[in-house]
Amino acid sequence: MRRLLGTLLATLLIASASSAETLRMAVTTSFYNSGLSEILLPEIKSDLGFDIQLIVVGTGQALRLGEAGDVDAILVHSRAAEDQFISAGYGTHRREIMYNDFVFIGPSGDPAGIRQASSAADALRAIANATAPFISRGDDSGTHIKEQNLWSQSGATVEGDWYRAAGAGMGTTLNVASGMNAYVFSDRASWLNFGNKGTLELLYAGDPSLFNQYAYIPVNPARWPHVQGDMALTLEGWLASEKAAALINGYTINGEHLFTFNATQP
Amino acid sequence: MNSMHQGFWDAWELIITFDRDLYEIVFLSLKVTVSAVILASLIALPLGAFLAVFRFKFRRYVIAVLNALMGLPPVVVGLFVYMLLSRAGPLGGFGLLFSPSAMIIAQVIIIVPLIASISHQAIRDLWSEYHDLLISMNATRFQRAKALLWDGKRALLTAILAGFGRAIGEVGAIMIVGGNIEHATRVLTTAIALETGKGNFAFAMGLGLVLITLAILINLLIHIVGKTERASTW
Repeated sequence: MRRLLGTLLATLLIASASSAETLRMAVTTSFYNSGLSEILLPEIKSDLGFDIQLIVVGTGQALRLGEAGDVDAILVHSRAAEDQFISAGYGTHRREIMYNDFVFIGPSGDPAGIRQASSAADALRAIANATAPFISRGDDSGTHIKEQNLWSQSGATVEGDWYRAAGAGMGTTLNVASGMNAYVFSDRASWLNFGNKGTLELLYAGDPSLFNQYAYIPVNPARWPHVQGDMALTLEGWLASEKAAALINGYTINGEHLFTFNATQP
Repeated sequence: MNSMHQGFWDAWELIITFDRDLYEIVFLSLKVTVSAVILASLIALPLGAFLAVFRFKFRRYVIAVLNALMGLPPVVVGLFVYMLLSRAGPLGGFGLLFSPSAMIIAQVIIIVPLIASISHQAIRDLWSEYHDLLISMNATRFQRAKALLWDGKRALLTAILAGFGRAIGEVGAIMIVGGNIEHATRVLTTAIALETGKGNFAFAMGLGLVLITLAILINLLIHIVGKTERASTW
């Protein structure tokens, strides 16, 4: 028994002391679900020599993890919240890396007729007028905030039984929409990689207001001395490099191009 | 139905091809849960015996609270442990967040009330039986607790296995404090949640089957090692 305990304590200690050569980054579900990280992480490991541990959460939670100093950097997509994060001194700066886009998914019968919509706001108005079931993320994530902004642009009244907030990540929300045959607002990557499409289809995309900018923010090492500030900067350099550009622009799912690299050199 | 079929075959394929990622998460699931069960038992079994043997003022209330905590929502425990271990929290300096240790701590908190409550129940019944004997032998309170723990070991095993069952199937707390990091803190339950989120129901179901099979094997193993539930013995 005593030996067993000794071994146990040793494992506990080893488990907790392994953070030297790793960088922790909070990323959004939409980035992770795209599968791009599986292409980038091994390249980063071989070029920079350190492991990156991804904590996959919504933008809201990612920013909270950064505030508390629990991660070294974040990769998120919600401009207003990011600016607030920087001005409060939690992050040193914000670097735009790439963008993809949001899409409207819905039942293939398209009861609200959003295929013919002239803009994203127009599509939402059509859904509200038809009171067709719509599932919102409802979780304060980047995608949810974007959806909220589009609703307020559309001027439609978002009230009634047809509008449901799932309060969950993108995958779970897509599952709910698939089960209820409802409209849903998603990032393109999560949708393409989603395995339970049912009768849902991509109905509307392409409005410039649907672009989804990802930005990288190193957590401020002045605030949290344990934060791996140098590693975070090294990673930023890599993410903005030509090699990253080629990998990001070249990434496709089922032949569909997903991300557009747009980091600028300082 | 189709998904379940597919899931079964997917799981089977991963098992027989010794898929490295699968074995890694199975191993981590076991490491975290077995560590948590051992630590929790070291706290909960003496606690259960103590509550049965010792009489003190608020004993009834302590037991009621302990019983109620059996229903502690794992998500709340996860949030509590997160706030403790976060760099901004009181124990942030240890840097334990998003590590297997954090997951073990959360699971210990979840299963201590369960193991303590069940073992208290068992020991209390045994105590009423042994009371006169142990008193007449003039055994000290610690000796009494020790004797009861030893003679009640079968029932205590049930308490420990109940704790194991709750811990191995738990997802809410370890998702928050472990972060479900690939190759670091991903275990079977968080992997199942992730695959469900991706809409990969068949694969998620397959992992679920692996989890259930694992739980059955562990329970069986304990019965074999403990020589319980055999035809020739009670």
